[in-house]
Amino acid sequence: MKRSNKPIFWSLFGAGGMLAALIGPMLVFMTGLAIPGGFLLPPEAMSYERVLALARHPLGKFALLAIIALFLFHAMHRLYHSLHDLGIEVGPGRRALFHGLAGAGTLAAAALLLVIGT
Amino acid sequence: MAYLHTHVRPMQGWWRRNPFYRRYMLREVTALFVAAYAVELLVGLVRLAQGRAAYEAWRAALATPPALAFHALTLAAFLYHAWTWLEVMPKTMPFVTVRDHRVSDRAIVVAGVTASVIASIALFVAVRLVIAP
Repeated sequence: MKRSNKPIFWSLFGAGGMLAALIGPMLVFMTGLAIPGGFLLPPEAMSYERVLALARHPLGKFALLAIIALFLFHAMHRLYHSLHDLGIEVGPGRRALFHGLAGAGTLAAAALLLVIGT
Repeated sequence: MAYLHTHVRPMQGWWRRNPFYRRYMLREVTALFVAAYAVELLVGLVRLAQGRAAYEAWRAALATPPALAFHALTLAAFLYHAWTWLEVMPKTMPFVTVRDHRVSDRAIVVAGVTASVIASIALFVAVRLVIAP
């Protein structure tokens, strides 16, 4: 019997859901409201130099890749399953499209982090 | 094969019929915000790789009123998303037993919410310390 790839995508979905539940709201608050608005954190927190240093640090690269990849796999997996709820037909093609988009975003993030260098 | 000519309840708008279904659909919609936030970070990486001018334009766009309003909405979506994730943890994780007693559903949810609050505060404090040691 052919092995199912479901455990892989479910694990990525689960990991993304857990990461989003643990720090998602705080990430959005800091990067979307506090820092751009200069509220509780200074706007310089996301200056070019600081964010470049973050993206060049191995741990920073890991964190950025983990957040982008896991959030994408989590969200695309859930959105794929919502298609059925909305009466849209699902199948291997649509599943491949949704998981593929998350995979493409992950590869793009990895490539960008490589280009940014150390 | 012969089909029975019975009434088939239409599925159109099924989720509007019951508050439980409405909450379920609201939870599913929050996934759109999670995806949007990931794409936004990805665009930020593209702009960062393009250099200072491109990155500063992206950063300036984040500080505009529409972006701030969108992020307020995104924050609300993320909070609801996080709550629904932690709320179903007793159903999605294996049973946990301590000294032959199953840990109650309530204890699991409380532990999850506590872990989220601690992780979030730790992240905020870490960012503050990095910015202004």
